[in-house]
Amino acid sequence: MTQPSDLALEDVSKLFGLQRAVDQVSLRIEAGNYVVLLGPSGSGKTTLLSILGGFTAPTAGRVTIGGADMTLTQPAKRPTATVFQDYALFPHMSVAENVGFGLSVRGVAKPEIAARVNAALALVDLAGFGARAISAASGGQRQRIALARALVIEPAILLLDEPLGALDLHLRRQMQDELRAIQRREGRTFVHVTHDQEEAMAIADTIVIINNGKIEDEGSPSRIYWRPRTRFSASFMGESTILSAKQTEAGMAETPLGNLPVVGLYGAHVAIRPESVLFEPAGNSTLLGTLSITEATFQGSFARLKGRIGQTEISAKVDPRRAPPVGASLPAFLAPDGAVLLTE
Amino acid sequence: MGASAQRVLIPTLLIGAMFIFIYLPVATLVVFSFHDGRVPVPPFKGPTLDWYVRILANPKVTGATMNSILVGVVSSAVAVALATLAAWGLARHRIPGRRLVEALILLPLAVSYLVIGVGLMVAYSSGFLGKSLVLVGIGHVVLNLPLAFAIIYVQFDREQAKLEIAARDLGATEAQVFFRVTLPSVRVALIAAFVLCFTFSWDEFIVAYLLSGFDPTLPIVIFSLLRTGLDPQTNAAGTLVFLVSIVAAIIFELIRIRKTTRDPAL
Repeated sequence: MTQPSDLALEDVSKLFGLQRAVDQVSLRIEAGNYVVLLGPSGSGKTTLLSILGGFTAPTAGRVTIGGADMTLTQPAKRPTATVFQDYALFPHMSVAENVGFGLSVRGVAKPEIAARVNAALALVDLAGFGARAISAASGGQRQRIALARALVIEPAILLLDEPLGALDLHLRRQMQDELRAIQRREGRTFVHVTHDQEEAMAIADTIVIINNGKIEDEGSPSRIYWRPRTRFSASFMGESTILSAKQTEAGMAETPLGNLPVVGLYGAHVAIRPESVLFEPAGNSTLLGTLSITEATFQGSFARLKGRIGQTEISAKVDPRRAPPVGASLPAFLAPDGAVLLTE
Repeated sequence: MGASAQRVLIPTLLIGAMFIFIYLPVATLVVFSFHDGRVPVPPFKGPTLDWYVRILANPKVTGATMNSILVGVVSSAVAVALATLAAWGLARHRIPGRRLVEALILLPLAVSYLVIGVGLMVAYSSGFLGKSLVLVGIGHVVLNLPLAFAIIYVQFDREQAKLEIAARDLGATEAQVFFRVTLPSVRVALIAAFVLCFTFSWDEFIVAYLLSGFDPTLPIVIFSLLRTGLDPQTNAAGTLVFLVSIVAAIIFELIRIRKTTRDPAL
């Protein structure tokens, strides 16, 4: 069970009545990866995680872990463990009893349980907290206890269902780093569900974007951010200006802003990230036109601008100290490789 | 007198009057159990513990007390056990007609004790079980099961279901889930339901009167003492019954308070 295993979904579907919560999803997750299933609420990502954990049986398709068919295997018999959204810690047990539960039901000897529980608590920075009551633990501590409880049984795959949703922003950032560090140290596969794209980018080796029960896009955070495959992933992962496009020749497309250099093979739209809109020409940049600023929002480390070139609305991001005032008109440039063709 | 003083005074008087109506009879009962005289009527003389000494030396009373305790403990335990299983089963499985089964379990709450008592008497008197403590116990299970069910059923909510899911995910078998997670996580409600069932059984009269036969419970013996005439001995017995009920009620409240302060989320 300690052996890391590949995880595969083959044509998995789940119907609730007539509604397709998961629609013919196929996915391979290599052992040792930190995978984030990212999508809006109701996208089917939680159902997908629940199918991986064995809490929901798929209507069709196969789930294999390490090559073995697990489609109908009970959660107790799977090499997976789950960190639940609201942690589901046992309120009638101490911290140590919670963490040791999975070992205790397997009949592991008491001294070994104690040693492994202490090691797991140390891993999540809660050494010495074992005797405390669950009700005395804070939100962040509960999160760590749930993590230790799942890790102590050494699952090949750890499933995390919106594990940081209940924490405040500061704690969330800190736990993101810790989750990442623990995953690296343990070398296990983590599958993490969230709707927070910043969390996904900060934490994942691989992001799988899910919408309407289907996989929209799958790849490394930087690939998905800079080369989104679909309109949905371009707008869900951060902001994008999306323009209709018609390819004229290799690497060029006709858009409402003229004939622009584009990257990607084919598609009927291009996405332009706000940070790809420049106000000074750089090497190989392309003039987009004259942008008149309609909105400027101070966001701390940057300012968000909205404006128009002709009839086309454009979003941009600039250093707040150099943000042009609302009403200003100035030339805008497209950074090299700034326009990406979207295949869907 | 100002308007604000009136606003305070009138409700205070009303509440005071209400409490006097409720507690004056009980207070009279208790006070005259210490009365040093043959008839429990004013003026009060005493105090004396003579009546307590006599009542505790009365084999009828002590025998009936043991009967009451036995019926109370056993019938409450059975009611809580059945209610727990029914509540868990109904909460965790989508069975057809679930609402109907729920309603059938809760229905005896709305049926008069007299109807239940007479029904049990008619049903069993012709059969293998004559009037006995066992029959009283069965009657009390019938009366208390809906109450225990109502208290325990609400415990098996989504949050509690999540605990069981987590336990299964961590590798627990169904038996381990039930005995190590399900039961302990609702134990406060189980104890509370048991204590409440016991207090109802302890001073239940009608069903016990109809079904106890030659093994009377304490309320029946006190009632028969009354028939031989007013006597402070009855007051002493009543006071003892009342004391047990009060202690049980306090235990019930303490459990409830302890639970809410320990885990405000529940």
